[in-house]
Amino acid sequence: MKNNVDRELPEDLMSSLNYQPYETTEIGNPEIQRVAPVVRAQTGDDKLVDSIEDVVKATVKDGMTISFHHHFRNGDFVFNKVMRVIIDAGIKDLTLAPSSLTGVMNDMVVEAIKAGTVTNITSSGMRGSLGDFVSHGNLKNPVIFRSHGNRARAIEHGDIKIDVAFLGVPNADKLGNANGMEGKAVFGSLGYALMDAQYANKVVLLTDNLMPYPNTPASIKQTQVDYVVEVDQVGDPEKIGSGATRFTKDPKELKIAETVNNVITHSPYFKDGFSFQTGSGGAALAVTRYLRQSMLDNQIKASFALGGITKPTTDMLKEGLIDRVMDVQDFDKGAADSMHTDPRQQEIDASWYADPDNKGAMVDQLDVVILSALEIDTKFNVNVMTGSDGVIRGAIGGHQDAATAKLTIISAPLVRGRIATVVPDVTTVVTPGDSIDVLVTEYGIAINPKRTDLIDALGHIAGVPVFTIEELQKLAASKVGNAKPLEFTDRTVAMIEYRDGTIIDAVKEVKD
Amino acid sequence: MEIKQTALAGTLESSDIQIMLSKGTDGVSIELESDVEKQFGDQIRLVITETLHQFELDNVKVKAIDKGALDCVIKARTIAAAQRALQTQDQPAWEVF
Repeated sequence: MKNNVDRELPEDLMSSLNYQPYETTEIGNPEIQRVAPVVRAQTGDDKLVDSIEDVVKATVKDGMTISFHHHFRNGDFVFNKVMRVIIDAGIKDLTLAPSSLTGVMNDMVVEAIKAGTVTNITSSGMRGSLGDFVSHGNLKNPVIFRSHGNRARAIEHGDIKIDVAFLGVPNADKLGNANGMEGKAVFGSLGYALMDAQYANKVVLLTDNLMPYPNTPASIKQTQVDYVVEVDQVGDPEKIGSGATRFTKDPKELKIAETVNNVITHSPYFKDGFSFQTGSGGAALAVTRYLRQSMLDNQIKASFALGGITKPTTDMLKEGLIDRVMDVQDFDKGAADSMHTDPRQQEIDASWYADPDNKGAMVDQLDVVILSALEIDTKFNVNVMTGSDGVIRGAIGGHQDAATAKLTIISAPLVRGRIATVVPDVTTVVTPGDSIDVLVTEYGIAINPKRTDLIDALGHIAGVPVFTIEELQKLAASKVGNAKPLEFTDRTVAMIEYRDGTIIDAVKEVKD
Repeated sequence: MEIKQTALAGTLESSDIQIMLSKGTDGVSIELESDVEKQFGDQIRLVITETLHQFELDNVKVKAIDKGALDCVIKARTIAAAQRALQTQDQPAWEVF
């Protein structure tokens, strides 16, 4: 069985998991019956629980689906504390459904798989020792990878039915009113966790900062919360964000960033009231800096910035260059603090951000997005999931979702070390080429031939050579030589959903 | 030709390769460490072996730690290590280049 991006899909899993192959980026107007959680009514007086052991005993049973958020990123203490208790309680056969898995969780997940505690995983991504473990076939059932918008869709559809959500927060009162902005380990927006709070049957908050009742502003509300557990520390503030934002000095990244900015400012979308999303990482931050200058020079203001927010973006909000920041997560402390003090920085949940089965998501209103790639192929298909050795080491994040923007730019170096970024066929298709418009490398740009309208606008920018993507692929190959094809077994270790819940690709076990 | 001394060339920086040559007894034996082993391991070994053959070094132990070097870099580091091992670094072997 092949899908519309020419990927061979495993027939047995497609049928046993009841999946359809990916067809198109068009969502259309399907009518959807959403699910609702089971609610155990109470007055709220008995939510405080003394220990994680007690709350696990009261809530988690064999075969359930449990969830976590990843807003603490590599400073997360909550995941490991809770999973330790669950493993030690001898609970088996759980489905782990976090918004994503960060490096600090890897060893615990590997242990939970080995113990039989976790037998299914759905996540935005995974890296490091866990990605390696799964890619070598050590989890019986395939991991299901979903974008942030798709996770929201899957939860609303009931494809992910969360029995218990364990949500770490830097503050909460005894009834469960909480936000991500005050306390020791603050991360700003609770965007991804808001889905769990709304749809899980049981919601457990863990906090190291019990506030007087009622605690406001309340992003998570007492109406959603079953239990509140006080723990000594929810996270390490030093490891949540990247700290002070450093601008890259790497000349290659700067060249790419400058070219990205040239593409944006020469596009028809660069006009007063436009909207944009950039990610984190050196090149993306540098783009923000160039874009700021161009907006000042041309007296252009943005109506909103979207997605994962960094301090350079909130600085532009303060400067009046951006009218609103729509914030699903904050990548550094500066951005998190800004959400606390500036009402123009709106916390949005993952559904509002990017859910395709919605009455209108923010990504549908987005003009320009800059995204990265581990690989991009001559069909403009992008891989952000598997590395050059075929091992899982990435995350979809909002990649598929934000790529629906009117101008989707992939910024990537032509080669990384000896590995070509522009290849004949990506190892794993995550985002279909149909939603990619321009590739920017340090050598020049390639425009998706489907975007004939952009060829006129971007074809004659001074200092920005235009290539076909095949030319860029050949240029990369001429530098690094021809790589020997990777070897995989027939066994599927992960399924990659497109944002509408169809299957865009499968990841196979690596052969070593 | 025989190796006179154990010799090293190259660094562990990104896009470089560090090559160490020492006396061997059984042909050219290469111990390679590389992040791109799967895709380029054979090619890296081929470049090292061919370059060593040009010095007529037939019995040599090679330890190579690759950080994503291109072929031209691998060749240059192998030449440097070979000439140091043969103590001929004062007389560049132009015919090898």
